[in-house]
Amino acid sequence: MNLWLWILLAAALAYGTKLLGYLVPAKWMANPRMSGVAGTLTIGLLAALTVVNTAADGQHLVLDARVGSLLAAAGALLLRAPFLVVVVVGAAAAAGLRLLGLP
Amino acid sequence: MSFTESPAVRVALSISIATGLYGVSFGALSVAAGLDFWQTMALSLLLFSGGSQFAFIGVIGGGGSGIAAMSAAALLGIRNGVYGMQLNALLRPQGALRFAAAHVTIDESTATSTGQSEPAEQRRGFWVAGIGVFVLWNLFTAVGAVAGNALGDPKQWGLDGAAVAAFLALLWPRIRGRQPAAIAACCALATVLTVPFVPSGAPILVAAVVAGVIGWFRHGHEQEGMEPDVEPYEHEGHSHVEHGHHGHGHHGRAGDRVGDYRTPRHDSHIRADDGDGGGTQ
Repeated sequence: MNLWLWILLAAALAYGTKLLGYLVPAKWMANPRMSGVAGTLTIGLLAALTVVNTAADGQHLVLDARVGSLLAAAGALLLRAPFLVVVVVGAAAAAGLRLLGLP
Repeated sequence: MSFTESPAVRVALSISIATGLYGVSFGALSVAAGLDFWQTMALSLLLFSGGSQFAFIGVIGGGGSGIAAMSAAALLGIRNGVYGMQLNALLRPQGALRFAAAHVTIDESTATSTGQSEPAEQRRGFWVAGIGVFVLWNLFTAVGAVAGNALGDPKQWGLDGAAVAAFLALLWPRIRGRQPAAIAACCALATVLTVPFVPSGAPILVAAVVAGVIGWFRHGHEQEGMEPDVEPYEHEGHSHVEHGHHGHGHHGRAGDRVGDYRTPRHDSHIRADDGDGGGTQ
């Protein structure tokens, strides 16, 4: 139940952020810092999420089959595979390495 | 020009299908992270922003708290506010239409719209991509959530590895240049260093602070990090470069900033900067 609260709050914040863009005065757009910060935040958060999902297990850093997923996904992206193919490649790498006995 | 002949509509429909389809991976990963079917659907229907949705379930799946998940999703959604400003200047939606426009303001609808030069085409591109992605994204989220529930043990199917791949694929188009790649590396390092010392989910917010500080003090790179997950004009070749430059000249009032959103990627200094970027574009 608690999770529902955070889901609905996150949705309200996301919509509020979008709507704010339509309601603020046009002159605010002259401030390039807004989009500068929005851009680097996007890069930084996605990089952090990639790392956490690859190497974190709670508060521990671990190396397991997910590192294989990261490398396989990078290979697929270098070959310009579409998003869904990259995701399937990542899953297959982890599943395959676990069949071979990796944690 | 009729609706079916419109280039913006054609691009918008293809981007809707490409983006909508990967809603399957969101749905499957969301239930693997521990959300139930309706919680997963609530994210796609109400939060409706791919990156923020993946961030939310990524934090929850890693054992993070609800407030950390919400914060990561909200911070990742800030760029949608910037898109809203650009689109408001470009399309000028009136009255209640603004409230609908806000909901479908995402990477894909923004990129489709700003890639066109005619005001009518920009409007068509925005609405068709926005509504098209919304419908298909939700449809395929449902498919993915049902399939994910049926799979059983997520680890056996490598779904945790799929999440890693999904985040890397979301990051990838945004780090083509040397500077964005360096920012990503800084934030990745900050994350690794903080994981052992703070609660799950918090390292992502530490990285957000690092990224925010870099963004605040850096000038002249405003468009970096604002690329869509799926590039709508990737296969359009030269015509798209022309579109961009047309747009730049046409719209004196809003055009300067709005045009900037797309055109810099074709500027020579970005090309030069891109030298070691892997050549994915």
